[in-house]
Amino acid sequence: MDLKLGHYNKDGIEVVDVEGEIDVYTAPRLRELLIDLVNKNNYQLVVNMEKVEFLDSTGLGVLVGGLKRVRAHDGSLDLVCTQERILKIFRITGLTKVFGIHSTVDEAIAAKKSEK
Amino acid sequence: MATVEVTFTPLPAHVRTARLVATAVARRSGVDEALLDEVRLAVGEACSRAVEAHRRHCPAEPVKIEMTDQGERFVVVVSDQAPTNPARTAGTNGHGISPGEPAATTALVQGADDAGIPAGFGLAVISGLADDVRVSSTSSGVSVRMSWPSATPTA
Repeated sequence: MDLKLGHYNKDGIEVVDVEGEIDVYTAPRLRELLIDLVNKNNYQLVVNMEKVEFLDSTGLGVLVGGLKRVRAHDGSLDLVCTQERILKIFRITGLTKVFGIHSTVDEAIAAKKSEK
Repeated sequence: MATVEVTFTPLPAHVRTARLVATAVARRSGVDEALLDEVRLAVGEACSRAVEAHRRHCPAEPVKIEMTDQGERFVVVVSDQAPTNPARTAGTNGHGISPGEPAATTALVQGADDAGIPAGFGLAVISGLADDVRVSSTSSGVSVRMSWPSATPTA
């Protein structure tokens, strides 16, 4: 299936819902959305990946690119993911040490608030 | 002769098709269901790398995938026809990025930008997924050969 993107603000944190496949074809759309959000001064991001069916290194690159952008503004980009097949890719690449990975959106938001 | 051979125009949109075909042939060849996600991801990474190489060097040439059921192994070979550049194969021979190591993370975090991720990272992911990966470079291009255990279905 294709990639579906949505986003909403909750408690001052922008939550990005991602559904479908993030690969070399679809990843540019996610990159554009993240860039757009940062350009609109959203530096606290949570990317909800619970409905992501496929993620490759191109998608990882986009997420890391987003992380670098928000960090440049002292922000952060956390992930919501409990799917083992997606988490495995983060483990293989060592990116579990780079991203905050949470089980639910509420948990991710609570973690961000406690950091402030 | 390969069990199934696919060639496709080097466009990102076709990589998904390649993944789907590879997964279907792997399933038919008796690759364990638990390994199909790895086949799908590894073949996708290999095809993404090849597509990127072709778009830079030879956009009119197709990318080729050969899938062969060899009885005990399911073998996938993804071949490009782009001129060999050592940077493109970094990470495949122990001298570049290795999966799961801090260097891989550091390289990605430092290198990722709007242009994407460092060369070789996709191959690092592949080597973290397939237990048998061989990358060969010739003057006519790069081949990524991957294999997984299989068993011919009884039905």
